[in-house]
Amino acid sequence: MVHGELWTLKELFVLPNEYIYWAIQIVLYPYMTGLVAGAFVLSSLHHVFGVKQLKDIARFALVFSFALLFVAPIPLLLHLEQPFRGPYVFMTPHFTSAIAGFGVVIFTYGSIVASELWFMYRKHFVESSLALSGKKNKSLGERIMYLIFSILTLGAYDISEESLNKDKKAMKLLAAIGIPTACFLHGYVGFIFGSVKANALWMTPLMPIIFLMSAVVSGIALCILCYIVIMEIRKMLWSISKTHNSCQVGEQRKSADLEVMRLSAKYLVYFMIFAITLEWLDLLFRGYTGMKSWDALRSVIFGRDFSNIFILQYGIGNILPFILLLLPRLTLRRAVISSVLVLFGVFMMRYNVVIGGQAASLTFMGYLDYKMPIIPTDWETFKEGLFGVTSVLVMPFVLFWVLSFIFPTFGYKESH
Amino acid sequence: MITRRDFLKYTVKGAAGLALPLAALEIIDSKKLLADISGPGKVRWAFVVDTYKCVGCGLCVKACKLENEVPYDANATRTWVERYVDTKEGKLYADTPKGARDGFTTNKIDLGLGKFQDIKNDDIQRAFFVPKLCNQCENPPCVQACPVGATYQTPDGVVLIDRTWCIGCGYCIMACPYGARFFHPKYKTAEKCNFCYHRITKGLKTACVQACPFGARMIGNIKDPDDPVTKIIKTERVGVLKSEFGTKPQVYYIGLEEEVS
Repeated sequence: MVHGELWTLKELFVLPNEYIYWAIQIVLYPYMTGLVAGAFVLSSLHHVFGVKQLKDIARFALVFSFALLFVAPIPLLLHLEQPFRGPYVFMTPHFTSAIAGFGVVIFTYGSIVASELWFMYRKHFVESSLALSGKKNKSLGERIMYLIFSILTLGAYDISEESLNKDKKAMKLLAAIGIPTACFLHGYVGFIFGSVKANALWMTPLMPIIFLMSAVVSGIALCILCYIVIMEIRKMLWSISKTHNSCQVGEQRKSADLEVMRLSAKYLVYFMIFAITLEWLDLLFRGYTGMKSWDALRSVIFGRDFSNIFILQYGIGNILPFILLLLPRLTLRRAVISSVLVLFGVFMMRYNVVIGGQAASLTFMGYLDYKMPIIPTDWETFKEGLFGVTSVLVMPFVLFWVLSFIFPTFGYKESH
Repeated sequence: MITRRDFLKYTVKGAAGLALPLAALEIIDSKKLLADISGPGKVRWAFVVDTYKCVGCGLCVKACKLENEVPYDANATRTWVERYVDTKEGKLYADTPKGARDGFTTNKIDLGLGKFQDIKNDDIQRAFFVPKLCNQCENPPCVQACPVGATYQTPDGVVLIDRTWCIGCGYCIMACPYGARFFHPKYKTAEKCNFCYHRITKGLKTACVQACPFGARMIGNIKDPDDPVTKIIKTERVGVLKSEFGTKPQVYYIGLEEEVS
């Protein structure tokens, strides 16, 4: 069976080799990179622009962005027909291809985030390593943690006030370099799609910037959501442990700070306005200029994909959370619901671009429909189906959990 | 005993001394080298399709599949034939069931999803067939899009794929405006027509040209002014597909109709 045949339905006049070649994993790829870039932009609001209230969520956002960064290339790797040849992109990059730059872009960005994290947690590494080194009869776990923390200090044990101030400066500089890099990372993903001249829906110079705006939207929404949920879980755990151990005190029992949430939500709304304006501008322009492809695109956008685009993406994913966020006296619950809806909306946007872009045949006289495999029967239906999607979506959370042993994001007091 | 300072000194001197003669060497461009061996630009393969002569028998598709090891029953093919039917009511139908491997034997138009439209002979305003294959573009978007350089253009203009290097990302498939590319069901790498490169470089015709009983397909060297293909391209009114993409396709059509894309 030809790759793609399994989940593609062809209607009317479609060329024999046309299938939905880029399926659900390629929907996830811009979605995940978008979350990476968005989370980083949120963290930079604190570090670069000095938005003090965002301090706590900024630290969380940076660690989360790092966790997401490792997951972002997974969908790309999974969709390859020859996954073991993936490293060829680094070995023989062919730089006229937009994809060839992926390695350079993600490594640059990754090293910036990693360096910023290092400066942010350097004091923690030093303190943990010193505390563990002084301890006698270390358990195996402690010995491993000691080794990890000692390596992570990179031999720099100076945590004087002066040196920590230098760290702060370095962080600010890295965050400042990081913003254009994060924008480039995601704008670049938009370029991968926007530069495909054979695809009528994808080809627009607005694509990088549309992708970028929706990336920031999704990243902020994810941070708001996770922040509130994690704070609630911690509060719950604290109240359980309190019943067992009444002497435990601390600041861990707080819910997420409402003011922080309101401010983050404000930024979310600003970026949503940008994102939606650009998307509608693109649509308006296509309709107004009415090029040859418009007849086919119109029947896809306003006909076959109408509910996906106008009900799920714009209605439930954009307009509804937009109203919820703008109504006065935003509550945590409302912020959670809105964030979930926004995340869903951005996912649908990626879906409608990637899958919807392949829905009109190159002949403009036929259509391709995508049916996602649900029950996996082999590796292909697993990775390109519901289970593949779920696995990729769960990965950053697992990774974040692992990373939080090294980079504690909550209840951690430091001077930054 | 050499000191560290001396060691560094000698290393720098040695490296600088080596760099001088090395700078005189030129990095060899394999493409250029091949072109020099075969004579600079004496061959540029081009294809002519005479749509007036095509009857939609599908022998070319059969021959191609057998010659190029594209699984016979796979729903993908390096070359295919399209049927266009204009009705007297002003409706346009087109189809290419299985790439026309088995030829067009009935009046039923394949509408996909198992549906067919029967068109009576009396209702037909006009009907014609259009064979398709890779256009071996002068400015191939697939080559531009390949992230690892696994697909490349030979000096004689044919775009080839290195099956040992293709990572299977599908970007070339997306980049091709003609739908010429697909994933080979067996090799799991990008696949497309290569003008039967193994044949034409030995002086043979492509499998489809050889199989066509009506002479609807021709291949030749556009740089040879005496080649019949060159003569047709230079003297007759021919068209190419989707010229608006700037790909400069090298498959020329006689009798190309506007609705064919």
